[in-house]
Amino acid sequence: MIELNNVSKWYGQSQVLDACSTRVAKGEVIVVCGPSGSGKSTLIKCVNGLEVFQQGEITVNGISVGAAQTDLPKLRAQVGMVFQHFELFPHMSITENLTIGQIRVLGRSKEAALAKALGLLDRVGLKEHASKHPGQLSGGQQQRVAIARALCMDPVCMLFDEPTSALDPEMITEVLDVMVELAKEGMTMMCVTHEMGFARKVANRVIFMDQGRIVEDAPKDEFFGTPRSERAQQFLSKILSH
Amino acid sequence: MLSDFDFSVIADSLPFLWSGLQFTLKLTLTAMLGGIFLGTLLALARLSSVAPLATAATWYINIMRSIPLVMVILWFFLVIPLLTGAPMGAENSALVTFTLFEAAFYAEIMRAGIQSVTRGQVAAGYAIGFSYSQNMRFVILPQAFRNMLPVLLTQTIVLFQDTSLVYAIGAKDLLKASEIAGKNYNRPVEMVVFVALVYFVICFALSYTVKRLSRRR
Repeated sequence: MIELNNVSKWYGQSQVLDACSTRVAKGEVIVVCGPSGSGKSTLIKCVNGLEVFQQGEITVNGISVGAAQTDLPKLRAQVGMVFQHFELFPHMSITENLTIGQIRVLGRSKEAALAKALGLLDRVGLKEHASKHPGQLSGGQQQRVAIARALCMDPVCMLFDEPTSALDPEMITEVLDVMVELAKEGMTMMCVTHEMGFARKVANRVIFMDQGRIVEDAPKDEFFGTPRSERAQQFLSKILSH
Repeated sequence: MLSDFDFSVIADSLPFLWSGLQFTLKLTLTAMLGGIFLGTLLALARLSSVAPLATAATWYINIMRSIPLVMVILWFFLVIPLLTGAPMGAENSALVTFTLFEAAFYAEIMRAGIQSVTRGQVAAGYAIGFSYSQNMRFVILPQAFRNMLPVLLTQTIVLFQDTSLVYAIGAKDLLKASEIAGKNYNRPVEMVVFVALVYFVICFALSYTVKRLSRRR
């Protein structure tokens, strides 16, 4: 589904991604973790072409992201993305947030888009908020709407960029519940997150990054049981110590 | 001394003054709508990654902003007939000049507005599959307008006051109408006082609107 081959990226002189390679098979859930500044967000943004990379290759569903002839908007429409700060469109109602992409990008009718939107809102438990604006919802609710917005496009895979880092603790669960459910339904997911509970529960593999490199890429039991690299051991002992 | 004033002439010339005010309002509205439209295009050009486009827009904006408006009004009025061979008329000339001139100012406001939209919003628009133009139309520009509304209106107040500069080419706006009426009745002072009051009332009402708009946000 998603393949990264020796992806490297530089901001001017400083290298932020260093020969990153991994594969995500259909239906797999991958958790990407690592200290801040390790390049995990940058890596995930390269997958749908929100960030450009200078070397290597990324393919999603067989389409090369970096190739000049690739229709990026069309590719992105098939890849759902959820952001740290939700990024719902503040000038639109919840319903409009969920339908605009379907109507303008996928060319669905208003009726079909609305039906899809309401169905997904119901699924994330927010149907009664359909006519509100994002500013009227709590962070957790906004993030659930953001997940629904991405799902409205019937994506082949989902990217999560620290979806719970901007949330109050009591709201993290409601978002993770939606993500767990999604994972169990067989959605292909790549999640940048520090929620190790989530990783333990649903991840197939855990990728650990440090200084732009993929240091560890292992099945979750192996990663949590016997991390090979010292850096990953330190990281784990720090975030799991409390 | 105030007792020497004869304000009855104002009532008599109200229809005539109204025709002048109509042109002033038409000029303001045209230059505002046309200026915001052109200004938005200029802002997009200036922010464009296509270097020649960005340079051309930057030059246009900087030149317009460095020349006094009255010079542009005069220059356009005098030079265009020489180039085209046909005079446009003071009113039409004023409409075109103001639109082109104000576009440069609105462009800088819109540029700030576009840049005020966060990178995350831009990324979110692209992430659902919008093209550049769709992202501008549905995500960035609506937010840019909303963020900049008070500034756009403030610029329009300045524009409204500046329309009186068409006096220089003899277009019949509110000021010019008052001058003509003042001469007809031989009461120039009353007319000037009255017209100043009209400008003041309209601008004050507009500023009050801007203030309320800014507070509501």
